[in-house]
Amino acid sequence: MSNKWNLIVDVARCDNCRNCFLATKDEHIGNDFPGYAASQPQKKHSWVDIKHKERGHYPIVEANFMPVMCNHCDDAPCMKVAKDGAITKRADGIIIIDPEKSKGQKAIVDACPYGAVYWNEEKQIPQAWIFDAHLLDDGWTKPRVEQSCPTSVFRSLKIDDAEMQRIKEQEGLEVLNPEYESKPRVYYKNLHMMSACFVGGSVVIDIDGVEECAEGAEVVLKQNGTEVARATTDVFGEFKIDKLEPQSGSYELQVSSGSANIPVMDVSVGADSLYLGVIKLA
Amino acid sequence: MKFSIILWGLVQALRVAARIYPKFADRVKERNVIAQFKLKDNSAGRWIQFKDGKIKSGAGIHENPDLALFFQNKAVAVEFLTPPFDQLARIDAAKNFKVGMEGPDELVVWFAATLTYMTTVGWKSGTDMGNGVTRYTNGTNGGPIFVYVKDGKIVRITPMEFDDDDADSWTIEARGKKFTPPRRTSLAAHGLALKSLVYSEDRIMSPMKRVDFDVDGERNIQNRGKSEFVPISWDEALDIVVKEIRRSKAKGRGAIFANTGSHHQWGNFGHYLSAFGRFTNLLGCTKMHGSPDSWEGWFWGAMHHWGNSMRLGTPEFYGTVEDCLKETEMMVFWSSDPDKTYGYEGTVRRAWAKELGIKMVHIDPYLNHTAALMGGKWFAPKPGTDAAFAQALCHVWITEGTYDKEFVENRTQGFGEWKDYILGLLDNTPKSPEWQEAETGIPARDVRALAREWSRKKTYLGAGSWGCGLGGAGRGPMGAQWARMMAILGAMQGYGRPGVNFGNLQFGAPLDFSFYFPGYAEGGMSGELTASANAANNYQRMPHIVTMSTVRQSIPRKFIPEAILEGKASGHMTDVSTVQGQFMKIGYPAPGHAKIEMMYKYGSSSLGTQMDSNRYVKMYQSDKLPFVVNQSIWWEGETKFADVVLPACTVFEHDDIGEWYNVGAGFVHHMYSMNNHRVISMQHKCIEPLGESKSDHDILLEIMKRLDMGAMYSEGGNTELDWCKRAFDSSDMSKHTTWKKFLKKGYYVVPPVSEGTRAPTGNRWFYEGRKKDTPEPYPLPADYVGDYGEGLQTPSGKFEFVATTLNNIDDSGRPPLNKYMPTYEDPSRNAELEGYTLQLLTPHTRYPFHIMGDEKGCTIRDIKDHRVRVDGYEYLVAVISGLDAEKRGIQSDDLIRLWNKRGSVVCAAYVTDRVQPGVVSAPTASAEYRPAGEPGNSTDLGGCVNMLNSSENMTEHTHSIKPNTTLIQMEKWTGVDTWKRAEAV
Repeated sequence: MSNKWNLIVDVARCDNCRNCFLATKDEHIGNDFPGYAASQPQKKHSWVDIKHKERGHYPIVEANFMPVMCNHCDDAPCMKVAKDGAITKRADGIIIIDPEKSKGQKAIVDACPYGAVYWNEEKQIPQAWIFDAHLLDDGWTKPRVEQSCPTSVFRSLKIDDAEMQRIKEQEGLEVLNPEYESKPRVYYKNLHMMSACFVGGSVVIDIDGVEECAEGAEVVLKQNGTEVARATTDVFGEFKIDKLEPQSGSYELQVSSGSANIPVMDVSVGADSLYLGVIKLA
Repeated sequence: MKFSIILWGLVQALRVAARIYPKFADRVKERNVIAQFKLKDNSAGRWIQFKDGKIKSGAGIHENPDLALFFQNKAVAVEFLTPPFDQLARIDAAKNFKVGMEGPDELVVWFAATLTYMTTVGWKSGTDMGNGVTRYTNGTNGGPIFVYVKDGKIVRITPMEFDDDDADSWTIEARGKKFTPPRRTSLAAHGLALKSLVYSEDRIMSPMKRVDFDVDGERNIQNRGKSEFVPISWDEALDIVVKEIRRSKAKGRGAIFANTGSHHQWGNFGHYLSAFGRFTNLLGCTKMHGSPDSWEGWFWGAMHHWGNSMRLGTPEFYGTVEDCLKETEMMVFWSSDPDKTYGYEGTVRRAWAKELGIKMVHIDPYLNHTAALMGGKWFAPKPGTDAAFAQALCHVWITEGTYDKEFVENRTQGFGEWKDYILGLLDNTPKSPEWQEAETGIPARDVRALAREWSRKKTYLGAGSWGCGLGGAGRGPMGAQWARMMAILGAMQGYGRPGVNFGNLQFGAPLDFSFYFPGYAEGGMSGELTASANAANNYQRMPHIVTMSTVRQSIPRKFIPEAILEGKASGHMTDVSTVQGQFMKIGYPAPGHAKIEMMYKYGSSSLGTQMDSNRYVKMYQSDKLPFVVNQSIWWEGETKFADVVLPACTVFEHDDIGEWYNVGAGFVHHMYSMNNHRVISMQHKCIEPLGESKSDHDILLEIMKRLDMGAMYSEGGNTELDWCKRAFDSSDMSKHTTWKKFLKKGYYVVPPVSEGTRAPTGNRWFYEGRKKDTPEPYPLPADYVGDYGEGLQTPSGKFEFVATTLNNIDDSGRPPLNKYMPTYEDPSRNAELEGYTLQLLTPHTRYPFHIMGDEKGCTIRDIKDHRVRVDGYEYLVAVISGLDAEKRGIQSDDLIRLWNKRGSVVCAAYVTDRVQPGVVSAPTASAEYRPAGEPGNSTDLGGCVNMLNSSENMTEHTHSIKPNTTLIQMEKWTGVDTWKRAEAV
């Protein structure tokens, strides 16, 4: 099997510093790379973009970020609509939209279920992140998103597909929207930070008439009587149970600390993470 | 060697250079000139003639030379002319009149520079990358970079990646793990985005004149900021400026006001303290006296508890990265967001801390970027109330006996009174967790939990953005109170104990602090000895001619509009040499000095970075300011308020040299410990200046030449490249590599010291009661009360819970005992601002660096967390809470108006759970000023939120800014502007 490029993106490491976004603009605005990409317009295109996800409410709030770009799919929807050989899949897995042959083919933009292809109004061509194929062909060992990222969000790997599958299994990687069945070559780590819900709360207890944070309280989350997860409160009495499916419905929450406890709470997980507020043990 | 032989040899060398280097032959062709070299008494000499590119020469004295270089005697001449040149000997000869020049200044400078060019024309810069691409290097405010250039155009900018020839990186072993930083530089957004600024649509491409300005007739000053500009020639522009300089000088001492921003492009020679410093000294200007800006609370407040005046009142940071990783169990980030503006060198170290399981706590009204990345417990106190939170921590430690009693007993004084205050014995108000809850909104139980965890675990206090000062609450209205509390918290837990100190891993990397390379605050080529750190090292290391302004007045930066409009302004000095320096007053006008007749503005940041900046519009439109010249790279908010605009070029278009975050001695000493590697960059001239722009250095040279001071300014024809070589020679780099190699490769990584010779952990000596052993020559020897090196810079030599130096000044905002004073920027406590129910935070920007990188076509404008595009304009993002948004029918990306009596600004809303209700956060500083109506008296659509901040001092007897919190109101923007400024300045 031949080696192909893959990109692993770790959501937990993304600081929203935007260096990947800016490096891609730096590379493509004002620069034509014949055979790879025509120059990017001055404004509006985000070939590499960053998606936001806020979870929870004060004081348990997360602000999470995820770089998104062309997934260089192996079964790419864009290729299916491209005419005149406008899109090629290189032997190394990289997809190139030919800046000449793709002229006028707006269908390529519409075909991408990820919205990763941008329409260049002036040049009348579809454009996307090219994995810096022009640089890799020139001897670079990694794309600029990886080079410029100060927090090592990105890991590009040129390996065979079997090895990539092994890494995927081993590290619990996911692709975006697998239901599109387009076989992306961009994989995500810690994707739950963008896609899952958590349930959190602050547990307090009365000690000698003074309200204190309840450290070490046991929190058990059940669904239909079966334990789903458990957590122990920290020094501030806080707990967070993560990786719950959005819209996964009703749960029962038990909180106890020694002999102190609360009546079982009904918790309903909808679209967003939940902060249950102050939970007083008695 | 004999004088006659040297001169003959010089002629041969000129001919050889012209034959080998076409560029030098072109240079010789530029002028027809006869230059005479001779002894002062005309007893010997040789003339050299350039005529249509030919070089002729003859022994003896020419009867009609265009210029002459004369020497006292043959010995002086031989020393002066024999390579390699001894800079000290040359300077000595020049300033003691052993050598001199005669002839038109402009021609003398040209000829002298030509002689130097002969020796430098063969120098090579950059690395050939194939396919016609050259990789140059540069230094920016956002970090050192590689610059790929093809066909005279910048292709890309990247971080530097080190190779095997570069020095090794350091390794820290902590808790069984080894940590080594990545072998590269990291870049802040404003560094990485610079290409877009070079080719910005808002570059000023030629000298410009306001269309209705006539230097000899009607000036139409009232139209500044409104009228358009027309291009003019360099000659016309410089003639106007020089005419105004002459007119102003005739009015008396100090009539020319030199006004700069705090920052500039990176580089030791382009920096305003360098070339502009020399220019303003030679000209004799009234200078702007800066406040300690982002260090305010530390400088005016914390300093009185522990000294550290040369660090602007902030604590030592040496060795704290290693100590923290090895020992610490918890890090408290208090108003501390290092992951913005300053780059990301420290971010990897915080990732290590997380990997080691060090617990993290963040105290900030905004869930800041660092907190979002690191996670941990978040507390969001009401802005301005942090001191109450801190005092309640003290209360728990005192009542539960969990402070460092031995340290308090032996290293501090005044604890008894502090303890009485905290327990409520002085004012019947115990500063209990319950008491603080009403102030801060933080539950009492949380404060108890934090206090107990803090004393139980070895804890680092990361106070302010850098962990050891700067930014955050320290630049808010209660900044002094807050910074003082940070110092006090440190003292109660015995700062300096292993694992207990100040820092957030942003500072204190184990680098070589003994390797000398000049920092920018050492003044570069300025020759200024008192108002820069020049005297400490640079003046000796790089011999150059001292310069001194004869003007004894300065204008406190905060009150520039008042100085012009009211004719007077006063403040206190930012004198860091001793604690008492800040009690000294400065004022304008000074006795016997003139009023300001012209302003030489260097850069265009005031409207975005100065408080209540509608004041500036008033000032600019007043005939009390007869002339304004602005030297800028881009059209920014303030640029239009000039009469004449001189186009400067970017750092990519001229030569310079610098080390990232090396400020130099005397101003946050060893600041480069923020970086993982010391990287010294040759800042190559990568491309030719765009349009008719010139480097700042060269613009100033043109003016100096018109005043016959070109030779003085350029020290006999030095170019920027020549100065770079002189800086290289002055530094320890010259002992480890060659100029040729450095110039070509473009950077040098300073090797780290061996583990055994790393700087000791900061403050440890004091904790252990030893003499100071950290590598900084401060306090100055006279400031020790006991033996040299013993104790702190305070009058007692101890940490003072009750700051006795504050007894010297009756400042109600800074009592010796740091008692809690509620913030007046509180909707329930400020009757004057009734109706303004929201607290506006204006922190440092994340992506730009002040106004650098904001707008003007920079790709940063496309970052939707910074600006949002609505109807073709980019609006600054203001972060607001869901509740405040709902009340006003606001959704994310809606345009909203923020206003108070001082200003009115339209921003784009970002609705979030990252701030609490009642708080709005919008960063300073906007490069854009776009008034909806009359400038200065209408709503700004550009995003200058500093217009809303008060320009008053933080406390009475200071010269301080306090931009970080002010009261405002907010509404959905209707698009119709009815706002008017409530009162005149």
